[in-house]
Amino acid sequence: MRVLRDLFKDYRFALSFLVLWFLLIMAVLSAFSPYDPLIWFHGPPNLKPSVTYFLGTSAKGQDIFWQATYAVRNSLIISVIAGAVSRVFAVLVGMIAGYRGRGTDRVLMFFTDTLLVMPLFLIIVMLALLVRERMTLVNLGLLLAFFGWAWDARVIRSQILSLREREFTKTAVLSGTGTLKLVLKEYLPFATPLIFSTLINNMAWAIGMEMTLAILGLTDINIPTLGTMLHWAISKQALFLGQWNWLLTPVVLSVLLFIALYWLSVSISEYLDPRTRVQRVGGK
Amino acid sequence: MAFVKRYLIPRLISYILVIFLGITAVFFIPRFTPSDPVHRTIAQLMSRGTYLDPASMEAMVEDLQELYGLEGSLLQQYGAFWKRTFTGDFGVSFFQFPTPVSELIRTALPWTAGLLLWTTMLSWVFGNIVGALAGYFSRSRWSKALDTLAMVVRPLPYYIFAFALLILFAFVVRWFPIAGGTAIGRLPAFTWTYIWDVLWHAFLPALSLVVLGGAIWFQTMKLIVQNVNAEDFVQYAKLGGVREGRIVSRYIMRNAMLPQITGLALSLGQILSGALITEIVFSYPGVGTLLFNAITSGDYNLIMGITALSILGVTTAILVIDLLYPLFDPRVRFR
Repeated sequence: MRVLRDLFKDYRFALSFLVLWFLLIMAVLSAFSPYDPLIWFHGPPNLKPSVTYFLGTSAKGQDIFWQATYAVRNSLIISVIAGAVSRVFAVLVGMIAGYRGRGTDRVLMFFTDTLLVMPLFLIIVMLALLVRERMTLVNLGLLLAFFGWAWDARVIRSQILSLREREFTKTAVLSGTGTLKLVLKEYLPFATPLIFSTLINNMAWAIGMEMTLAILGLTDINIPTLGTMLHWAISKQALFLGQWNWLLTPVVLSVLLFIALYWLSVSISEYLDPRTRVQRVGGK
Repeated sequence: MAFVKRYLIPRLISYILVIFLGITAVFFIPRFTPSDPVHRTIAQLMSRGTYLDPASMEAMVEDLQELYGLEGSLLQQYGAFWKRTFTGDFGVSFFQFPTPVSELIRTALPWTAGLLLWTTMLSWVFGNIVGALAGYFSRSRWSKALDTLAMVVRPLPYYIFAFALLILFAFVVRWFPIAGGTAIGRLPAFTWTYIWDVLWHAFLPALSLVVLGGAIWFQTMKLIVQNVNAEDFVQYAKLGGVREGRIVSRYIMRNAMLPQITGLALSLGQILSGALITEIVFSYPGVGTLLFNAITSGDYNLIMGITALSILGVTTAILVIDLLYPLFDPRVRFR
């Protein structure tokens, strides 16, 4: 609880915490939506905000507010799948490379670097194009997870490298602790905050990727996500029809989400770095 | 010789290996997926109402296989693909039918290179200089203000930011054109009106790239400079009365620049990915738009051509920066 109290002293943490709660509640609200998000024209098209239609309706005759709840929910699902699965890759590669060192390290880092220098976006686009028909939320999450771990594996590796040089590693090894137990019991607690902050960044990256792919029309555009909402708003000319409520809803929601995720990760990693923590918390 | 052996040769080897893996991935990804471009093309034709009798269907399948580089065993195809990559002949495009892929790329490339290369460099230089100053004077008010600004701009996905700029400056207040590389129908000529027109059209895309890219460089550079600034040798130089300008440029910048040079190499790697989104938002006539059209029309030759060339180009750029690196870091030279 001390930790949380210290973190809340940072206005960025407090703000992003609030915004994320707001978005989470929106996502949960989707379960109470009176409309099926896949059905068009359950209301009249192109309405401005009113009492019955809180944020108006789209050119597809869908209530924008309830559509947005589904969009937030689905975008979050994709990002959680992508983030969680890619963490498994990143943690395994980072820890093994960092702890084993030498040949293992070199081979693993070679693959990581290869993934880093390749024009990943083009390759993801190529894959997305080929499996477009089967692009469910889970598949999209997995596709992004497969490509999103390289940088974080490097970050985790360097953390493990520095832990390996510490005294307690030698003590543990000399007193007969096995490699697996050492890594899981001694290193993981140190690396957990770092893994958490890479997770947040990776989630933001996955949501951004999903939006870009959706706007290019490379995902299943019938499933409402923040990206596909914007896709429809642009392709149905919301801009020229003056349908600002439709166009701005996904834009504002995604901007809020991105800023909140980024600020959360920045304030957590600043908190983890003792030098900046002392500055902020006040030298306790 | 030690330099060649320890620095040059590992880099050359990994350069060749990365190209090898990249091109291999580009070759295998489409082949491991269940959809078959040949049957897809034919199905598209059929769905548009073209009638094909079995004989001409057969002939068409063969023709398409040859055009897609799909004849022979997997190994033969693989060999042929390498030959295509090195000769730069990726067959003909399907979306602009008889035009060769290489020619399409050649017309589009100058636009992309002109916009992206230039803005990547500009945002690097700009972000680093401002970041270094803000890091050095990190207690001043303008430095904190810039930092907050960067905190807001940085997390925005490029698409949203560019789209907002476009709506604001080309639709709400119409200062800049909404689309294109030049005014419609203007022919290339070496005149002031033409150059001015190109620059005017490039302004918004360039602005979006420089601001968003610059924010990232600004943040990292500021952080590094703050750290270097706290080092003992800088404190010593200050106490020794070395001029402040000299401390910033020769003591701090020189050290802080090193990780940024590696960063520049990595960001060059993302140029073509960036080009795709930038050029779609601003309807700019470069490789990105070409690739987008290739994607939407399922033009496999064009997609593979652009991806293969971009892997070659990007890895080469990174190699060049890597080889220039010892010029900036004497420690690598004398190790």
